[in-house]
Amino acid sequence: MTAAGTADTTDTTGAAARAGRAAREVYRDWLVARLVADQRAVCLDTDTGLFTGVDWGPAAARYVNLGIAEQCLVGTAAGLAASGYRVYANTMAAFAASRAVEMVKVDIALHGLPVRIVATHSGLSAGHLGPTHHALEDLAAMRSMPGMTVAVPADEDAVGALLDATADAPGPVYLRLGRHADPPPIAGGPAVRLGSLRELSIGSDALVVATGPLPVRFAVDAARILAQDDVRVTVVDAHTVKPFDVERLVELAAAVPLVVTVEEHWRTGGLGSLVAETLAERCPRRVVRIGVPDTFVAAVGSQQELLAASGVSAAAVVAAVRGADATGMS
Amino acid sequence: MNAASVDTRELAERIRHHVVDMCGTGLGGHLGGGLSIADILAVLYGQVLAVRPDQPDWPERDRFILSKGHGALGLYAVLALRGFLPVEELGTLGRAGSRLGGHPTRRVPGVEFATGSLGHGIALGLGTALAARLAGGPSRTVVLVGDGELQEGSCWEAAAAAAAVGADTLTVVVDANGLQLGRAVPGPGRPGDLADRWHASGWDVQQVDGHDHDSLAAALTAPTTPQQPRAIVAATAKGYGLPFVAGQVKSHYAALSPRLLARAHGVLDREHDPLARRGTATP
Repeated sequence: MTAAGTADTTDTTGAAARAGRAAREVYRDWLVARLVADQRAVCLDTDTGLFTGVDWGPAAARYVNLGIAEQCLVGTAAGLAASGYRVYANTMAAFAASRAVEMVKVDIALHGLPVRIVATHSGLSAGHLGPTHHALEDLAAMRSMPGMTVAVPADEDAVGALLDATADAPGPVYLRLGRHADPPPIAGGPAVRLGSLRELSIGSDALVVATGPLPVRFAVDAARILAQDDVRVTVVDAHTVKPFDVERLVELAAAVPLVVTVEEHWRTGGLGSLVAETLAERCPRRVVRIGVPDTFVAAVGSQQELLAASGVSAAAVVAAVRGADATGMS
Repeated sequence: MNAASVDTRELAERIRHHVVDMCGTGLGGHLGGGLSIADILAVLYGQVLAVRPDQPDWPERDRFILSKGHGALGLYAVLALRGFLPVEELGTLGRAGSRLGGHPTRRVPGVEFATGSLGHGIALGLGTALAARLAGGPSRTVVLVGDGELQEGSCWEAAAAAAAVGADTLTVVVDANGLQLGRAVPGPGRPGDLADRWHASGWDVQQVDGHDHDSLAAALTAPTTPQQPRAIVAATAKGYGLPFVAGQVKSHYAALSPRLLARAHGVLDREHDPLARRGTATP
């Protein structure tokens, strides 16, 4: 990483760049090893198919498929966790963060239990499966829960780092994963440390705060495009939405006139809201929130197509930094 | 606990007196449901559950989960009478700084989970039952649900999952008093229909008179069927013991005046009053 450069040179603005592994597959492999190594670890499944054919070896008794029962998943995870187990509860984000959210609140968060809710198919990553399977509210729901750690890995290296970092966490964790293979790991830059902001470039013209695999790539791509015109932006990967590194955000925002947020989430309640409310109290700055507008995404299309149609793109970041309202939503 | 030393019928009567007292503090409380479960709680805490009042977090304890969290007054009373908390503390119900709210939380010694939002307990109990199975110990889990509560779909989601995974250390007791806040429990809420429903969900089912201690104890201690969770449908009367409210929806929540409080204690002291059973559902 250099002061004026960016940490990644891969162009992901187009729809093609899918060379990394799917985060959920990285997680699955991590979890098999974890269950074998840690007799307190339990995997509860809701017939997601993610673990089909997995050989759990000596940990086989600690994999339980509860069936299509997401509310039950959360309550059962709480019961196991209260008995000393570290539970990995698997479902899709749309079901974890809306269908079962009262169980998350009462059974897990209220009791501060060590359940890791691993939510796949987040954001628009379920793409053509439609709005029932999109999860654009989960960050809002989960970051509102007292004591909940909310983590969003931007690449496969971050998946492992965040799983390692939360493996012995005493309280609940929400891990937001997508469905597809993500772009390749982000080269350069500092390591992913739970609770921090990962700074991928430094500049004085704007601060771009992004979360999730594609939003972070959009921010990185935008920074490179802007640099061609000698516009320098700070890009940070907000992989830990909660607990959020408020102090570092304030330091970085204080050095720039404009803050842009990028997320694969409704503009309501997610990272943009978090940054705006934090800076309104601590360091007032103009904040432009790039995210899915206040509407359901009913069109059929791939994740990238739906994101582009929703105004979440590198071009939108570039326009926001240049002061143009390319999305019409700022 | 030394179960042999406990007279469960006396324990149930004392629970009922305390429930009535807690409804006479001015704030009121869930009277009817606290009274309908008093006998079930007395048999559980006096004869069945392996728990240690002086060590509430004893790892090998049996787990009891009051899924119908509005039955808190009955639970507080039995926990106090068994030594989990001072009996005098019952008088603090609902007051600033008290550990005792209208629904139980884990601040109260012996309470495993905060409950009160209905439809949570069976899944929680499935979790503790699976934990016991993994640990290989003797611990069992008993979840007490209300028949009105069974309108919550999450109950049946968890029931199906428990049967599917063969959670045979899990027992659900249904307090089938036939009433909810403002009406009779509709649809398949009668004890016989409820038994069929649990049976169809893959559970081993027993039906008992929920105020008959011998029947309750027999059902709660009978050998279990391998790979099958057990449901005990206990026919009870809401407001059991107080003929002026028993079997009536007005028993659901009450703030008893000093006059009614005195009348209630007087009635409770008349042992085996046939009027006290008014409203008991037929098993």
